[in-house]
Amino acid sequence: MTETIILFLLALMILGSLIALESKDILSSVIAMGAVGFMLSAIFLILRAPDIAMVQVVIEILTLIILIRATISRDVHTVTDTRDFLPLALNMVLLFVFFIIAAEAIRNMPDFGTGLSKVAGHYLNRGLNDTGSANIVTSVILDYRAYDTLGEATVLFAALIGAITILRRKAKND
Amino acid sequence: MIYTLCMALFFIGLYGICCKKNLIKIVLGFIIMDYAVNLFIILIGYRKNGIAPILDKTMDVKKFALSSVDPMPQAMVLTAIVIGLAVTALLVALCVRIYERYGTFDITKIRKLRG
Amino acid sequence: MTENNSVSGGMSELVKTVCVAVEEFIFVFGCYLVIYGHLSPGGGFAGGVILAAVFILIMLAFGKERILKIMPRKRAAFIESLGALLFLAVAWAELYISGIFFRNFIPSSAAGHFKLMSGGTILIYNIAIALKVMAGLFLVFFVLSITRVILEGDKLKMVKKQ
Repeated sequence: MTETIILFLLALMILGSLIALESKDILSSVIAMGAVGFMLSAIFLILRAPDIAMVQVVIEILTLIILIRATISRDVHTVTDTRDFLPLALNMVLLFVFFIIAAEAIRNMPDFGTGLSKVAGHYLNRGLNDTGSANIVTSVILDYRAYDTLGEATVLFAALIGAITILRRKAKND
Repeated sequence: MIYTLCMALFFIGLYGICCKKNLIKIVLGFIIMDYAVNLFIILIGYRKNGIAPILDKTMDVKKFALSSVDPMPQAMVLTAIVIGLAVTALLVALCVRIYERYGTFDITKIRKLRG
Repeated sequence: MTENNSVSGGMSELVKTVCVAVEEFIFVFGCYLVIYGHLSPGGGFAGGVILAAVFILIMLAFGKERILKIMPRKRAAFIESLGALLFLAVAWAELYISGIFFRNFIPSSAAGHFKLMSGGTILIYNIAIALKVMAGLFLVFFVLSITRVILEGDKLKMVKKQ
C-alpha cells in the first residue's frame, strides 16, 4: 500500500517536473516546480521522516519566493527553441551514457524497504542512553556526527557569502 | 521500480540542464536533480512498516530498534536540503547578475555577445 | 501595480492585517521546534527555517522600511556570526572539559530522559544552528529583493534616457 502511494506521487512528480521544464511561460513552470516540491514533502512524510518533511515544506515555499522574485517582470519573450545541433548531440550522448551506468547501478540495489545500514542498529539501540535525545535524528546530527553539521554550517556560510558578494557590487556603484 | 522512477526524475533534471536554453530552466533542472538525490537517499533508509525514529516514553528501546527506519540518511538529507536552498539562492543571484549585464536569459545569445 | 507597491513597501491592507494576526504564532511555533528539537520532530534546521520565514513574511507584507527597523543588516550579520561562534565555542568547551571535540559534557541519567535538559549540549547546538540558519536565509532574501528594486530603477533610467 505504501509502495503504491509512493509510486503514484513519484509519477506525479515526474509529470510536474516535465511540465516545469517544457512550459513556455516561466511563471507557470515555477509554479509547477512548487507542486513537485510539495509532493516530495508528502513522500517524505509517508517514508516516516517527519523532520525532513517539515523542513522541505518551508524550504519549498522559500525557493518559490526566490524564483518568483527573480523571474517575474523579466524575460517576457521566453526562449523555447533548442540549442544548436552539435552541443545537443553531445549532450544526448552524455545522457545516454548516464542512463546505462545508472540502470546498471539500480539493478544491483537491495530491494526497497530492506536495506538498513549496519551503524543504524547501534544508533537506534544506544542513542537514547548515549545522548539523552529522544529524537534519534537529532542525536545523529548533533552528537554522533557533529562534524557533518559543522561542515554543513561552513558550506551554508560560503554559499551565502557568495550570493551576497555577487549581488553587492552594483549596489555600491549606484 | 521505485528506484527506477527516482532515477527517471534525476534524468529529467539532467535533461533540463543539458538541453535547455533558458537560464531559469537550467536552475529548475538543478533543483529537480537535488530533489531526486534527496529522495533516493531517504528511500534507501526505509524499512517496510517502519516507524519514525523518534522515541516515546512508552516505547521499549529494543522493540523500537527492530521496527524503526534508518535515522542516518535522514540526518544527511536534513543538512543537504538547507544547503540546497543556499545554493539555489547563489545560482539565482548569478542569473540576476547575468540578466543585468546581457539583458537576456538565453545562454546562446550570451555566448555570442562576448567571445 | 504590484511594482509600485513592492517599491513603496507593502501589499494591500488585507495582507497586512492577516500578517499581523499570524506572525507571532509562527514565531512561537518556530521557537518551540528549536527548543524541543531533541524530544519531538523538529530541531535547529526546521525551527531556523521557520523563523526566517517569519521575517520574510514581514518583509514581503510590509516592505523594506519596516523590516529594517526590526532587523537591520548589521544585526542579521551579527546574529549569524553569533550562531556560528556559539556552535564552535561549545565544541571547544567540550574539548577542554572532556578531552574530545564534540563530546557531550553534560551527563544524562536514565531518570532525566524525555525532559528539556536531557540532551545536554544538544539544546545549545540546536539554538546556535537555528540562529545561524535564520539570519543567513533572511540576509540572502533581503539582498535578493534589494537588488530587484535597484534593477527596476536602472530600467526606468534607461527608458528615460531613450
